[in-house]
Amino acid sequence: MRLEPRAHVPFWLNIAAPVAAVILAFAFCALLILWTGAPILESYRALLVGAFGSTFAITETLTRAAPLIFTGLAAAVAFRAKLWNIGGEGQLYAGALAATYFGTGLVTLPPLLMVPFLFLVGAVAGGLLLLLPVILKLKLRVDEVVTTLLLNFVVILFANYLLFGPWKDPLAMGWPQAAPIIDEGVLSPLVPRMRLHSGLIWAVAFAVFAWGFIRFSRWGFQIRAVGFNPEAAAFAGMPIGATVLRTALLSGGLAGMAGVCELAGLKGYLTLDLSPGFGYTGIAVAMLAGLHPLGVIAAAIFVAAIYNGADAMSRAMSISNYLADVLTATSLLLVLASVLFVRFRPRLR
Amino acid sequence: MDILEIFISLGFWAALVRMATPLIFGTLGELICERAGVLNLGIEGIMTMGAMVAWFWVYQGGELWTAVLVAAAAGALFGLLHSVFSVYLGLSQHVTGIGITLLATSLSYFAFRMLLPGVTTPPKIEPFKPLAIPFLSDLPYVGEVLFTQSPLTYLAFALVPIVGYGLYRTPLGLAVRMVGENPLAVEAQGIDVHRLRTAAVMLGSAFMAVGGGFLTISVFDAFYIGMINGRGWICVALVIFASWRPGKALAGALLFAAFEALQIRVQQASSAFIPYQFFLMMPYVLSILAMIVMSRRAAYPKALLVPFRKGER
Amino acid sequence: MPEVDETVPGGAGVKQVPHRDPVLRLDGVTKHFGSLTANDAVSLDLYPGEILALLGENGAGKTTLMSILFGHYVADAGHIEAFGKRLPAGSPRAAIAAGIGMVHQHFTLGENLTVLDNIVLGTESLWKPMQSRAKARRKVVALAEHFGLAVDPKRLIRDLSVGERQRVEILKALYRGARVLILDEPTAVLAPKEVETLFKTLKTMVAEGLSIIFISHKLNEVMAVADRVAVLRQGKQVAQIPIAEASKESLAQAMVGRPIAPPKREPLPPGEIVMQMAGLSMSGAPGQTALQELHLLLYGREILGIAGVSGNGQAALAALISGLRLPDGGSFELLGEAVKTTSPAQMQHRGVGRIPEDRHATGVVGDLSVEENLILEASGDRRFCDLGMLRGRVIRRYAKDLIDRFDIRGADPTTTTRALSGGNMQKVILARVLSAKPRVILANQPTRGLDVGAAAKVQELLFEARAEGAGIILISEDLEELLQVSDRIAVLYQGRLSQPVAAEDADLTALGLLMSGHGEFERYRREAGHAA
Repeated sequence: MRLEPRAHVPFWLNIAAPVAAVILAFAFCALLILWTGAPILESYRALLVGAFGSTFAITETLTRAAPLIFTGLAAAVAFRAKLWNIGGEGQLYAGALAATYFGTGLVTLPPLLMVPFLFLVGAVAGGLLLLLPVILKLKLRVDEVVTTLLLNFVVILFANYLLFGPWKDPLAMGWPQAAPIIDEGVLSPLVPRMRLHSGLIWAVAFAVFAWGFIRFSRWGFQIRAVGFNPEAAAFAGMPIGATVLRTALLSGGLAGMAGVCELAGLKGYLTLDLSPGFGYTGIAVAMLAGLHPLGVIAAAIFVAAIYNGADAMSRAMSISNYLADVLTATSLLLVLASVLFVRFRPRLR
Repeated sequence: MDILEIFISLGFWAALVRMATPLIFGTLGELICERAGVLNLGIEGIMTMGAMVAWFWVYQGGELWTAVLVAAAAGALFGLLHSVFSVYLGLSQHVTGIGITLLATSLSYFAFRMLLPGVTTPPKIEPFKPLAIPFLSDLPYVGEVLFTQSPLTYLAFALVPIVGYGLYRTPLGLAVRMVGENPLAVEAQGIDVHRLRTAAVMLGSAFMAVGGGFLTISVFDAFYIGMINGRGWICVALVIFASWRPGKALAGALLFAAFEALQIRVQQASSAFIPYQFFLMMPYVLSILAMIVMSRRAAYPKALLVPFRKGER
Repeated sequence: MPEVDETVPGGAGVKQVPHRDPVLRLDGVTKHFGSLTANDAVSLDLYPGEILALLGENGAGKTTLMSILFGHYVADAGHIEAFGKRLPAGSPRAAIAAGIGMVHQHFTLGENLTVLDNIVLGTESLWKPMQSRAKARRKVVALAEHFGLAVDPKRLIRDLSVGERQRVEILKALYRGARVLILDEPTAVLAPKEVETLFKTLKTMVAEGLSIIFISHKLNEVMAVADRVAVLRQGKQVAQIPIAEASKESLAQAMVGRPIAPPKREPLPPGEIVMQMAGLSMSGAPGQTALQELHLLLYGREILGIAGVSGNGQAALAALISGLRLPDGGSFELLGEAVKTTSPAQMQHRGVGRIPEDRHATGVVGDLSVEENLILEASGDRRFCDLGMLRGRVIRRYAKDLIDRFDIRGADPTTTTRALSGGNMQKVILARVLSAKPRVILANQPTRGLDVGAAAKVQELLFEARAEGAGIILISEDLEELLQVSDRIAVLYQGRLSQPVAAEDADLTALGLLMSGHGEFERYRREAGHAA
């Protein structure tokens, strides 16, 4: 079988391919459900209901989607430039650390300014964290995959130290958590009595911004060119180093903002379990979205729905909610394969 | 206990050798994959899967050595899956690897939870007993450190010269090395590039899984969530540090394990002054430093990360 | 293994006995790639102890035919017989077993492995537990001595010169007992002295009864070494004659078919000096000098052709003009201003247009659209960019205009550039470069790999730029093209540039001598102790 590049990619194929992949993923996981002895259709129904079946479910899904949009964007932007940023998790915590440092009383601004300020410091922290591995890559040819990954462990251990040590809130009765974000910095709730907060609005706004930036701006054009063929881009006069650095700041910044989103929107104070792996899941979200910033919104909601639904399903059918992780991982691999058929037309020899 | 005392204590050296074992398996495994031109970022997940499978086999009453084989088979299976995506379909090795890690890890945890629902403390199994090699284990110092270890440790150490021989002295090893440098040369000899790469990835993944299995059936006697803890990624760094050579891989693993063993003991000694989290950070920071030191002059296999498409000349 | 025929005295000029059994017979071989017919019912015979030249333009189907013979491709129709037995299709292994060996144009060697490793790969069963290295080494050394292909089995490929690497490739085939050797454009990367050595080796081989197929598009080489010649044109075989019955003119005619009038170069008075290099030196690979004591003067309204075997400083010179490197010593001036800092962007701003050597790797970003590639260098230009945002409609119109003007076929502005043919991709690059009206143009192998029609169009565009006042540096491995297109020609040898001569006054022999280090380079060559 040969693969022939398509001269034009029909738009519908961009959607149909990942959808087909996801359906296949569900089919595979149906086998797993079968293995556990639970009834397949009922289990998936429980999942669906848990994800969308009530106001509470929907708001929970959307709440979970917000940080995933941020980390998904972070991965999408980076991967487009062939920058393998696997450090989303660490950058998220870095953003949360920065927001905690500034937002627990050090700086007080009126709410209209405080919230953007917190997002800003979070973005700067995340961006700077990613800058280190990227500079190592540019100057010393050090592969960024492993360095960004390893930094995750370092950052989380550092957060651990702060939470059990100097930042431990004496009012928290022994629990390792930091002081709460001041009221001015808390993200306002969107639906009364639900946990959904305005972080979602910020996330969607940044997704739109990222899309516009990559598609229409000069710097975005450079990011795409460098991602596809850095040698040709360099020859054409594009500043490779600056482009990669900008990408790093943008990607790390987005992941950092995920941390602020969870901190100032959901939890209110820093804890060790602020992120159940949003950084890593964000990678799956980005792949499911085909690295398209607007697609990330849909993919994040989808993945959040899976996780949320799996929680409900696990309560109802006693199926471990790790099924959500399996579903996500399977979808990632199948969508990756499906992209091949979008860009190339298979021809039998 | 001061630093000097740590170095003199036999416990330290014995621990060093023990801790190096999973790193040796993992690094050798990754080395084989990369020599063939495939970056296998599924290592973390494959080690997790190996750990879970080995533990479960023994937990169900199986023999220890059979568990090793089963773990190896599971690893090879995931290696095959990786290869379908990265070699046959020519997809991004980075993303494929991450996908495999996520899949293998999540499947391991899912299976673990389903097989043992409602359990808070992981059930223990009967692990490998340290195997004392006759005569040699009676030697002073060296005996306790080197010759009273788990059989899997002996296996790991034995694999180093075996892999070295395999790569450098057999026709198959030559083909593997060449396929990572110039797959066209291999194809021109009528050898199927895809099959060769797949074989290498499967073998490497089998090694990785055994390394994970070592942790459950020889060290911790149980499986728990998050037990691999980044060792897979450290192995990826170690491969670069070892310049893709088995002998240096052993050296790297030992050096690394030395820092890990040291870190535990120093932490116990001076926990008052430096918070323990900083000691835990050491392995990861050191891996980054190792990569910085070696990357500049690294002679990557030339065809690493480059998918091979038939008929493209 | 095939039976070895009695040795027939080989060498050029001796007619083969026609009724001997052919060692190789291709019968009606046809191959399609989509709508392109690469080979159209080609039939060919190869006799023992002869050198058959396979002649044709780029894209005539020579490499495809040989790839089918060697098993890289499967023919759509026709069959092949080797030494009287049907050759299984699509298997390099079967071809090797049948005694066919191939030296590809682009070497298939593993850089980080040794000569011995490269030769021995695949000769022993993969299931064997141990290599017979000592035996292999002895065999390689014996073969090398026998055929005059000196090489040290222990050395790493990356430390070898191009000529030495080719020897390794030939040894690979001989080691496997090849009785038929296919050489695909073997002289493209060799200096004239090395070419001589190669031809001597080939003659030694045919004296032993081997047969050789020699693919080339260079007429003088074919005339010098072949016994018979087969000409391919656009996939069909148009001639198959003994060399004695052929002449350069008749062969050229057969190759090209209809006489394609090369674009006419009208003599123009040169303009002012646009680029100047004096005493320039630049280092190459560690320890090596890429350019030394280079003097160059480029005038407006002229094309200065740079001839030379690849590896003599062309890459360094191109990198210099492209803005990728700065010289270590000497002076470098563009349009009267000294060049102190450099970058591709700076060079563009100074009015230098650069056409890179490898259009796929360096020229275009294949995954981007045609319009995006057309503004690849100019994305910051005020026409296309406003406050950091790209102006889509302006870019679209600009692209449509360029596609028209430069006759880029099979493309509209949104077509993915990767899907274009080589010739049209090159036109995209030219459109991008030339529409900026550069004062200095670097054209690095601009017609390589293009068919005759596309090449002519490229040359036409260069002439247009020249007429508008640009000074053009044309680096090309095709001496005939250089003679046709350039106003003046100079030769690069070991990083030095010869005194340019007017194209009308230049003759191939003198240029060939310069290319291999004679003439004015004689004293440097002796100093360097350069051996072929």
